[in-house]
Amino acid sequence: MEMIKDVLMGLWESSGFAALFVDGAFLWQNLVMILVSFVLLYFAIAKKCEPLLLVPIAFGILLANLPGAGLMDDPTGLMDTSNIVEGAHWYDTGVLRLIYSGVKSSIFPCLIFLGIGCMTDFGPLLSNPVSLLLGAAAQLGIYVAFVIAIALGFTPQEAASIAIIGGADGPTAIYLTGKLAGHLLGPIAVAAYSYMALIPFIQPPIMKLLTTKKERQVEMKQLRKVSKVEKIVFPVVVLVICAFILPSVAPLLGMLMLGNLFKECGVVDRLSDTAQNALMNIVTILLGLTVGATTNGATFLKLETLKIVALGLMAFCFSTVGGLLLGKLLYVITGGKVNPLIGSAGVSAVPMAARVAQNEGRKYNPRNFLLMHAMGPNVAGVIGSAVAAGFLLSRFG
Amino acid sequence: MGINFEYLLNSLPYMGKGMLGIFVVTAVVVMVVNALNSLPDKKNKK
Repeated sequence: MEMIKDVLMGLWESSGFAALFVDGAFLWQNLVMILVSFVLLYFAIAKKCEPLLLVPIAFGILLANLPGAGLMDDPTGLMDTSNIVEGAHWYDTGVLRLIYSGVKSSIFPCLIFLGIGCMTDFGPLLSNPVSLLLGAAAQLGIYVAFVIAIALGFTPQEAASIAIIGGADGPTAIYLTGKLAGHLLGPIAVAAYSYMALIPFIQPPIMKLLTTKKERQVEMKQLRKVSKVEKIVFPVVVLVICAFILPSVAPLLGMLMLGNLFKECGVVDRLSDTAQNALMNIVTILLGLTVGATTNGATFLKLETLKIVALGLMAFCFSTVGGLLLGKLLYVITGGKVNPLIGSAGVSAVPMAARVAQNEGRKYNPRNFLLMHAMGPNVAGVIGSAVAAGFLLSRFG
Repeated sequence: MGINFEYLLNSLPYMGKGMLGIFVVTAVVVMVVNALNSLPDKKNKK
């Protein structure tokens, strides 16, 4: 009888149920986060909301909050190197924590940028270089959010990491946050990807508010054809210029442009294919899983997280406003040849933001075809947000 | 949760410098793209 009691006690003590009670305190936050992961899985699978990202992120949240599983534990102290336990081995660390070193070291965001580069066509941007300016103006939200975050009491490093959500670029947000404020990675990554998925709901009201019906109806003339030489030279030259002006931008922009060169040069099709398919998919799984795993209930469910979510939304809205306002200015300067709606696509989020500009333009003029015109500012936004991240890193890194 | 206006004003120069920096880099890239645009034109003329 005593033996059975011991076995049952041992089973209870080693179970996740017992791990929910630490020093008499009940870890309700973990249970809440597990419920959150179920909700996100529902949206990803049943509603098909960004499932490629949301399924691994939601599952990462679930895994990290399983009491007692220790998948993100770092008992050795080797991952943060601030409190190394003598004689500890790296392989004693939780498995997700080990994979997370790919985020912490910026390997994953850079590899994602390599894949994005392979999938990006700079043709629309090359045929209409002015669209680059729209991509720059649409970074306004980053700096507005930065200033407000500072005023709310965040440190410059934290404020910069929160503000970069306005760049609407997941890998850039993860890259910068990993470098400046790793403890905020969970809420920032979740907010960044959530808002990217919500672009079709966030942008249209702002577009309607800031543009007139006449402006929204503008038809833009067809873009010129871009030569292969231009497409090959562009990534190399832009990288060299940007990296010389702002060296801290080199890791992200370098990988983006390398990927684009793979695509455009036409002699490394196998590498291009691997980077934009197999490699991209592998990194997406690892990145999504470990980003989700950073949302441990005890550290995630705080007032600070709500502030980050609100500031991220503000950054997103102001970025859209920045792009639209410059679009309106170009509309005036060109005598009505530029449809200001394409300015909203300057907030990266390729190609979702460009599709939103196309759909909104079509609503007011069924003959309108803005997609290719919006792709220019859209890919320019990727460069713009990388430059903004480089600037913030050089100042606060 | 209150807003510290002194911090806000002190951080405004970063906003100005950051936006200016992006536009400077972008302007240089626009100039390079314009230069690239002229490449195939010359070829076609020949």
